[in-house]
Amino acid sequence: MIDVNRKGEVWVFAEQHKGQLEDTPIELMSKARGLADRLKVKLAAAVLGRDVGGLAAKLVQYGADKVYVVEDPLLESYQANSYCRVIFDLIHKYKPQIVLYGATAAGRDLAPRVASAARAGLTADCTDLQIGDHRSGKNGDLHKNLLFQIRPAFGGNIIATIINYDRWPQMATVREGVMPVPEPDMTRRGETIVEKARLSRDDLPLEILKEHKRAKKVNLKAARIIVTGGAGVGSKDNFQMIWDLANCLGAAPGATRAAVDLGFINRDHQVGQTGTTVRPSLYVAVGVSGAIQHQAGMSQSQKIIAINNDPEAPIFQVAHYRIVGDLNEVVPRMIKSIKEKY
Amino acid sequence: MAYNCVVLIKQVPDTKKITVQAMNDDGTVNRAALPAIFNPEDLNALELALEIKDKFGGGITVITMGLPAAAAILRESLYRGADDAILITDIKCAASDTLATSYILGCAVKKLEYDIVLCGRQAIDGDTAQVGPQLAEKLGLPQITYVEELLELADGSITVQRNTGGGWQHVKSKLPVLLTVTGEANEPRVGAARKMMKWKKALTPIEVEKQIKAENADSDEQVVVRLIEKKCSELAESGLLIKQWDLDSIGADLNWCGRSGSPTKVHRIQSVVLSSKGSKTIEPDEESIAAMIHELIEEKTIA
Repeated sequence: MIDVNRKGEVWVFAEQHKGQLEDTPIELMSKARGLADRLKVKLAAAVLGRDVGGLAAKLVQYGADKVYVVEDPLLESYQANSYCRVIFDLIHKYKPQIVLYGATAAGRDLAPRVASAARAGLTADCTDLQIGDHRSGKNGDLHKNLLFQIRPAFGGNIIATIINYDRWPQMATVREGVMPVPEPDMTRRGETIVEKARLSRDDLPLEILKEHKRAKKVNLKAARIIVTGGAGVGSKDNFQMIWDLANCLGAAPGATRAAVDLGFINRDHQVGQTGTTVRPSLYVAVGVSGAIQHQAGMSQSQKIIAINNDPEAPIFQVAHYRIVGDLNEVVPRMIKSIKEKY
Repeated sequence: MAYNCVVLIKQVPDTKKITVQAMNDDGTVNRAALPAIFNPEDLNALELALEIKDKFGGGITVITMGLPAAAAILRESLYRGADDAILITDIKCAASDTLATSYILGCAVKKLEYDIVLCGRQAIDGDTAQVGPQLAEKLGLPQITYVEELLELADGSITVQRNTGGGWQHVKSKLPVLLTVTGEANEPRVGAARKMMKWKKALTPIEVEKQIKAENADSDEQVVVRLIEKKCSELAESGLLIKQWDLDSIGADLNWCGRSGSPTKVHRIQSVVLSSKGSKTIEPDEESIAAMIHELIEEKTIA
């Protein structure tokens, strides 16, 4: 636990895997840059690994003023114990006011362990971060410039803004895909601070015997257009229509959790709170009722077309184009008119 | 070789059942309007412990921190094959965030003997997945999160497959260890009829008190106290008294519990009202659809 300190930096844990930066810390950089500017403090990234010094320049291009680099053969593979120890030591030495992690499998494994060791607060899976003031109690003290940690809770039915004003650092994990990737600025220059890890073999209690990275067949996050089918599509055979519409739009096919559970398509395509969060230019929801958990993953799309035969379907509340009708008629008509235009 | 497992479980409101009726006017969720259920992934953690017990022997203790009503999921665990159940209930636990919760659970688990501590990956009311790793840190244990399969348990080591988001890892750890278990790990069994017959009479002291007070509303206070004591000792003799611990009995430092032990505070809660501006209704006929497509191409939404 560190005390409230207004000069503390804003940090991003720059998760890397085999020398490659993960997407999520990069996504985090532009938001973190904004927070640091607002607080008039420096933005720093912390990168840990075996041979990762080369990533510092890249992190600076994405917005960091400073990069803390900790290289050690014992940090080659991520483990909660070893990474926790190093991050904890860094936090104690430099006393950042904010520490952000991507809500990846590793981020969600590491951050709570660090929070427990540091006896600091942590908010999971934030979808937005802001700086704001809070008054504690009815006529209590005014706490200025706190990190507002904004996240859905209760299955996405409420949005909670969480703060911590008395015990710092303020820490949060941030959902993948909810923040846009910043453009790298090749001309940016920053400072690199090399730190030593205080580690022994005892800090590596796990033996990683085998590892497999599944190639994601679909990259929903990168898609400009997504065509999503829901349970309303009716069958796996009928889901071919989603693929057809996606093909002629140059879109990625998506699915709701219900459609995945029904076996229409595999889980890589799932959009929503438990799937991927997307923000494409165009989102076409076909036979999607629009459960709040699904909306949480797609409502930031720039344009939404919803096709459903139920005029009361919640998806229509977020749609820009509402088509109440039989998807078996509407989708072929869309395909036809797109083909006619090209 | 037998292994002792401790399984941490939580009673949660069934967030899948949230409807407009379950929302208060101020946008908060009316928890009382939702059915309270066994957190789904905690059932997977319990099932993994049961599989270990079936194969290697040993005991399973389930622990929950919560309101007195959480005794229901302790009984459900006993129906499924747990050997011992502990309810941590104390008004001073209220408003605990994940850090305070993991501290309290840590104090309780430290009183037990264990080889493997199991938690569900996350609870459906908060979806934080934080208590598992925080508890591991409090207990000084290695953690393996997102466990989806037990591969080997032998010679004081455990090997599991864990989900890494975009793939999986086979990870080996010496015991003791803490695991968080995902919904993909197994298919939780249902309670066994014979166990249900036995354990349905199991009660916590606080439930005994409530029951006796209701049955003897007109009796003298002294008499009621004696009746409660009698019933509790009868249950204890037949092994049907569920253990009930408060913060004093686990030696918890109150500074690290409840509100004072929780660095995170709620600044604001908003109900989700998603709506789009400037929405258009398109008729499902060919002409209207073609016009919509034309518009999207014109504005370069469709390239």
